[in-house]
Amino acid sequence: MGKLQLITKGLIKENPTFVLLLGMCPTLATTTSAVNGMSMGLATMFVLILSNMVISAIAAYIPDKVRIPSYIVVIATFVTLLQFVMQAYVPDIYETLGLFIPLIVVNCIVLGRAEAFANKNSVLDSALDGIGIGLGFTVSLTLLGVVREILGSGSVFGFKFIEGDGILAFVLAPGAFLALGYLIVIFRKLTTKKAE
Amino acid sequence: MTVCLFAICLVCSALLAGVYALTAEPIAAAAAAKNEAAIKEVLPDTAVQIEEVRTVEMDGQKYDYNLAYDELGNTVGCAINVAPVGFGGPIAIKVGFDVNGVIWNTKVLSQAETPGLGAKCTEASFSEQFKGFDPAQKKLSVKKDGGDVDAITASTITSRAYADGLATASKVFQTILQTPMPLN
Repeated sequence: MGKLQLITKGLIKENPTFVLLLGMCPTLATTTSAVNGMSMGLATMFVLILSNMVISAIAAYIPDKVRIPSYIVVIATFVTLLQFVMQAYVPDIYETLGLFIPLIVVNCIVLGRAEAFANKNSVLDSALDGIGIGLGFTVSLTLLGVVREILGSGSVFGFKFIEGDGILAFVLAPGAFLALGYLIVIFRKLTTKKAE
Repeated sequence: MTVCLFAICLVCSALLAGVYALTAEPIAAAAAAKNEAAIKEVLPDTAVQIEEVRTVEMDGQKYDYNLAYDELGNTVGCAINVAPVGFGGPIAIKVGFDVNGVIWNTKVLSQAETPGLGAKCTEASFSEQFKGFDPAQKKLSVKKDGGDVDAITASTITSRAYADGLATASKVFQTILQTPMPLN
């Protein structure tokens, strides 16, 4: 597999949100607006790249029995580190994302990539895989955030283009499911056409 | 096996301790800056000196407040923190009073109300009505309950909590006035 393919497969073929349907909890909960979705995506990408690299580097020395605990410790370390940094330099975003930052630890994308990719591949490939999957996640979350923000609040990235409110349901939980469902349909439609 | 896990944990905790030490100061500074900006926002512009936080006890509950002075050292007001319970949990509000006990401004510090409904309590369209609100003249409860506060449409619980919080703050203000500590 080419190096470039490692990145692009995360965007389309193995898109974590629209194809693998991984990490649904932060996907549904944090995409109330485009900025929130993007911040969550970037935070996850940061953790994913670093944890992939470290796990790929140390995987050979870890006995199989303590594999999962070791990975979790590594991932949790990066998440906590990210939490400190965000709290110090971007407190506003930190407050909005709140609980979902520590929850990156148990995001199945991160552990999933560690298990499925990083522990059998080189450090460089794992980093590229992290970038690819991370980008896929970020783009998907931003897209979902944009759709929900347009429909729910009548704005994009905080810029309002209509007076008053949008369709409130899209900012709330049911709208997250609706918007995600339709996006998956559209995504499938577009990508299957390409395959033929 | 044990050695391996121990080594990983050791390295990780060392790393975290390092980052914690590095970021502890900016985190505290960011929180302090935010608090000070909030205090300045709820008090008149003449408030240039903000005193250290003090606490006052009322009905068995403790409330944090800051006194603020102008350039000459005259007291211009007092910012009180209250946290009434709304629909989605406590709504932390900072309430600024001038020396006469009239509300100067209010600011929501944190809330978990429903987006698009109760969360509108952070918007000017709701909070504007409290600027210059004199608790001695008007009643701090929503119109539905016979008060003078315009509730947010479909968010009576939030509006009620907000009004209650402000009423509590007003009582705290009176308590502060009565304590021997000067409000000159």
